[in-house]
Amino acid sequence: MIVEQITFYIFAVITVISGVLVIGSRNPVHSVLFLILAFFNSAGLFVLMGAEFIAMILIIVYVGAVAVLFLFVVMMLHIDFSKLRAGFTRYLPIGCVVGIILLVELILVLTTGTVDFNIPKNVISQIPNPEAISNTEALGNLLYTQYAYLFQIAGFILLIAMVGAIVLTHKKRNEVKKQKISDQVNRDPNTAVTLHKIETKEGGTWKSD
Amino acid sequence: MAETGFWSGYALPFLLILGYILAIVVPLLISVAFVTYFERKIFGLMQIRKGPNVVGPFGLLQPFADGLKMLMKETIVPAGANRNLFLLAPIITFTLGMIGWAVIPFDEHLVLADINVGILYLFAISSLGVYGIIIAGWASNSKYAFLGALRSAAQMVSYEVSIGFVLVTVLLCAGSLNLSEIVLAQTELWYFIPLAPMFIIFFISALAETNRTPFDLPEAEGELVAGYQVEYSSLAFTLFMLGEYANILLMSGLCVILFLGGWLAPFDIEPFTWLPGIVWFFLKTAVVMFLFTWTRATFPRYRYDQLMRLGWKVFLPISLAWVVITAGALHVFGWMP
Repeated sequence: MIVEQITFYIFAVITVISGVLVIGSRNPVHSVLFLILAFFNSAGLFVLMGAEFIAMILIIVYVGAVAVLFLFVVMMLHIDFSKLRAGFTRYLPIGCVVGIILLVELILVLTTGTVDFNIPKNVISQIPNPEAISNTEALGNLLYTQYAYLFQIAGFILLIAMVGAIVLTHKKRNEVKKQKISDQVNRDPNTAVTLHKIETKEGGTWKSD
Repeated sequence: MAETGFWSGYALPFLLILGYILAIVVPLLISVAFVTYFERKIFGLMQIRKGPNVVGPFGLLQPFADGLKMLMKETIVPAGANRNLFLLAPIITFTLGMIGWAVIPFDEHLVLADINVGILYLFAISSLGVYGIIIAGWASNSKYAFLGALRSAAQMVSYEVSIGFVLVTVLLCAGSLNLSEIVLAQTELWYFIPLAPMFIIFFISALAETNRTPFDLPEAEGELVAGYQVEYSSLAFTLFMLGEYANILLMSGLCVILFLGGWLAPFDIEPFTWLPGIVWFFLKTAVVMFLFTWTRATFPRYRYDQLMRLGWKVFLPISLAWVVITAGALHVFGWMP
């Protein structure tokens, strides 16, 4: 279908352009916004491939939560642009070396014929029929049966990372006043309120005991 | 593959889809206008005054007068603002308020896009709402706007977590991510009866997600003037308002679909089934919308730390426990769909 091809090229071109602009734009907030645009268009590409579950999860997790925190942090940072540009020439050689290595590797892999782009039969036979089963269901069937242990381990690793981050950054601050709902509820009016009879003209000198 | 002509293959379906979209968006915008009218009328009644009653019969044309007034104002972009992003923010909010309606089933088979992952789509759209606000706050280059934006970002991300768990519980009971199938799974029993605590958590989280009272801290007029909206005027402000109310209506609609049986009549017997499903859907949405308004007229604003405490320390454990309990009950009694 020509419509699908046109949409594919629109999504793909915008993804690539916004990917370049993520590293190209001068303002870091613009970079994050272009990153979000790139996520969006990749989600569009997933939908075109028929993987609507992955597409939605990409938007919910990356755009809806992770990128919000990125944006949050970048907006709060006070970034000195001249300092950023001073580092550019210093790190340029390292960046170039990494880039050239990746390029050479890609060329080697693509020209020597190590990769066979025809999908082998045993992989195709495992792909469920999209007419019979929605891809959410297919993913669930696989993830919670065959790969259940790996899935649980991945979850535990994430949990440990989260606990570690909290332990490293948590500071007990005694000067901050905190509301303790249970203390407020348990407060007894008989001990909390006292009545005093104060004589006329004695109010300024009276002290509680 | 048979050759399809340009007209029958591409132009006609395109025009047809455009027609469907207009058939949803135009009534939606009109209902947004009247929602603002009814909201002010209800406030009036609850505060023993009259509310808008001057423009048109019973003041019914008040929203249109307001809209015209907004259009006549000058669009002001502050000198230090980031112009493009400043103008992009209200457009994002408005668009997100509209596109969520693409997957809402108004009646059986009366839905623009009947996709498999409808509920995830709605969850994604509602979690994107934070961008309009945070971009507006940053691009305005104003302290108040930025503080409002930061508050709303933290608030919306926090309450999304509990909304996510509520959705999981409903999905467990319905056994599908498709909104039409979720409604059809409630033919026997609407979910607000067995899942009553989740219904309440969802309603309160929806209030927080749409920045409504008592969680309207991003625009707290007492300390932040109007929060992220402070620099906006004219059409940009109107777009914010329209988007916000469209979002509130969307949340009410989602509430109806998840817990109140969507287009289904309350009892499947004669006098109730005379009304078509779409009318039931609108009536139920109106009831939830009234609850939103009632809350706004009744409660004072939360303090920020109380808001965060409620989200993380109260709703999150309760909703997580309910997911486990629901899954356990469904498994033990063999009710798993």
